[in-house]
Amino acid sequence: MILIAVISLGAIGAIGAVFLYAASKKFEVYEDPRIAQVQEVLPGANCGGCGYPGCGGFAAACVKADTLDGLLCPVGGAPVMSQVASILGMEAGSAEPMVAVVRCNGTCAARPRVNQYDGVQSCAIASTLYGGETGCSFGCLGYGDCVSVCNFDAIHINPETGLAEVDEEKCTSCGACVKACPKSIIELRKKGPKSRRIFVSCVNKDKGGVAKKACANACIGCGKCAKECPFEAITVENNLAYIDYTKCRLCRKCVAVCPTGAIHELNFPPRKEAAPAVDADKVKPAAAPKPVAPKAEAPEVSATPKTEAPKVETKEETNQK
Amino acid sequence: MLRTFRIGGIHPPENKLSAGKKITALAAPKQVIIPLSQHIGAPAQAVVKKGDPVKAGTLVAKAGGFVSANIHSSVSGKVNKIDSALDASGYKRPAIYIDVEGDEWEETIDRSETLVKECTLTSKEIVDKIAAAGIVGLGGATFPTQVKLMPPPGSKAEIIIINAVECEPYLTSDHSLMMEKGEHILVGVTLLMKAVNVNKAVIGIENNKPDAIAHLTKLAAGYSGIEIMPLKVQYPQGGEKQLIDAVIRRQVKSGALPISAGAVVQNVGTAYAVYEAVQKNKPLFERVVTVTGKAVANPSNFLVRMGTPINMLIEVAGGIPENTGKIIGGGPMMGKALVSAEVPVTKGSSGVLLLTKEESVRKPMQDCIRCAKCVNVCPMGLNPAFLMKFTVYKDWDKAEAGYIQDCIECGSCSYTCPANRPLLDQIRLGKGKVMGIIRARKS
Repeated sequence: MILIAVISLGAIGAIGAVFLYAASKKFEVYEDPRIAQVQEVLPGANCGGCGYPGCGGFAAACVKADTLDGLLCPVGGAPVMSQVASILGMEAGSAEPMVAVVRCNGTCAARPRVNQYDGVQSCAIASTLYGGETGCSFGCLGYGDCVSVCNFDAIHINPETGLAEVDEEKCTSCGACVKACPKSIIELRKKGPKSRRIFVSCVNKDKGGVAKKACANACIGCGKCAKECPFEAITVENNLAYIDYTKCRLCRKCVAVCPTGAIHELNFPPRKEAAPAVDADKVKPAAAPKPVAPKAEAPEVSATPKTEAPKVETKEETNQK
Repeated sequence: MLRTFRIGGIHPPENKLSAGKKITALAAPKQVIIPLSQHIGAPAQAVVKKGDPVKAGTLVAKAGGFVSANIHSSVSGKVNKIDSALDASGYKRPAIYIDVEGDEWEETIDRSETLVKECTLTSKEIVDKIAAAGIVGLGGATFPTQVKLMPPPGSKAEIIIINAVECEPYLTSDHSLMMEKGEHILVGVTLLMKAVNVNKAVIGIENNKPDAIAHLTKLAAGYSGIEIMPLKVQYPQGGEKQLIDAVIRRQVKSGALPISAGAVVQNVGTAYAVYEAVQKNKPLFERVVTVTGKAVANPSNFLVRMGTPINMLIEVAGGIPENTGKIIGGGPMMGKALVSAEVPVTKGSSGVLLLTKEESVRKPMQDCIRCAKCVNVCPMGLNPAFLMKFTVYKDWDKAEAGYIQDCIECGSCSYTCPANRPLLDQIRLGKGKVMGIIRARKS
């Protein structure tokens, strides 16, 4: 009896094995073995920061691509990309390391609360309801939507300032927080040499007087920085200055002239006495980029503060009344 | 047995504190702030500039698109500036500031009290006059009225349904209007009937306003085709789809317009505005606003010029009580807490509700106990508990499959939830996302 059972089951097994073997040969899907190899060296966070659906998708895209230009795993950065390149026998695309920057400095001290929100603790929900607890409807709400999407524990709300702060060591510039922020405050910027960066830490587009009333650290769109910048890296639009990090050469002149301290410098050594340095700088760039400047732009920039300045004053007066 | 809609619904305490109070006309303030978007659709485009003299009824901004509405000055005076102003949306948006001098009205406006019943205009002319007067749905949704009166090709209106249910607790602006301007409203309804070429209109009134039902029933005897239908008190009966179901027992399909059920729904306040616009040439620049709340000294109904700061209304009603926790623009169910008491009255402001600190506090959220009370009360037959979950997990496909875009944001789910879950807050967010995805797919 046992023998019959063994033989019949063995026979069924053998037939099944032959069938499965045939089927696996017939319906085989070829997958490039390099995809698995590439995926092996990727961090496996599946954060989507590269723009592909997870690490598998990115690995497939790398293998399929002709060059690695434009393909970057923001988490792994250059070391991982060079490993990927060596697997695929290609040159790694050069990409500037980036970092998330929170462009709001409306701390509790600088930006007084004018009302109290007791709804769902979510920036996305609060921003569908109203402008926020302060007079500034552009600034950080502080309910931490960015914190909850960060896979790398790199962004936190500082309880003292009520603002989101990025941990530069941990930030992989995957961009999840940029997408999560309903106020579009967070931006990916060039990390810069020795992590040195200059940026306008404000996104308030209100007129100067209104912005200043809502927050002491706000950009009032006066345009002093744009006038001062020797590299034309700063543009003022809608009462808000923006520094183009591809043009900025980190001279820090704008930081010195900003009347509200809205322009931030990060990771710079402490300044020496400022006066002679500025003089020396003034002479240098005069020859280089100025004549190239399109004429239409220059007067516009200088015109903004002129028309803006009196408005600011009258605004403040009426506000005080 | 009184009719009501057949799916879901709740019955919160009515608290109609200002019922029976006469409408008091408020004088214009020193300065009005007239926002350029007081309606659903594209913001209006300003046609005046700084320093321009205006009279009450002067066009100050013209409709900025097909779904948009004209805006008129509510006072006479000078345009002070065009700048941004905080409005009920909680954001600063463009608005026209007008300094008030005297009270002159445009000459074309008939300011006499006499009732004008006859109208020789064609339906097209009536609709044009309504569009010119900048009339929008005054129930709170502020959808431009002329758009509703132009049925898309292929659909035919069979009945006009007038929304006089005023299902929001506390609010009494429509009620007081019916008591004082009943005859005018009925003329307005006949004009609306003429505008869409129907010979039947039903005015749905909830049974908690027996005086208004009796008053209008008596008056309606003199008008052919207008029926007054008392309805069972049930929130949110003022929702368009709910009212259609209650009155003519028809359901509007998901994503379809009420016209697909043959109905055109208009608010009773809109009917009155239509009367004034067509028969008296008066654009929409004032409206009845209820100021109410348990701690308010004199809950009242005011006739207010658009652009009047809300704190002026509160002042006349007895000032802001000591322990006020929140000031709500609109009713307690669908209204929104205001950031500042200086926001102006707009076309959509039906009421101002002052809640005490105890009333306004949010209870802490607990875990869902799957009691399905929210499913029971949802007037659209949705599953709010699931829709909230889909939104939290950003599962937009499932949210769309669950018809999140059909949510009318009535808040019945949040009201009824024993675990105090912020169902509507999350669903509103998800609805916005899903609507965006649907729009992107279409284009």
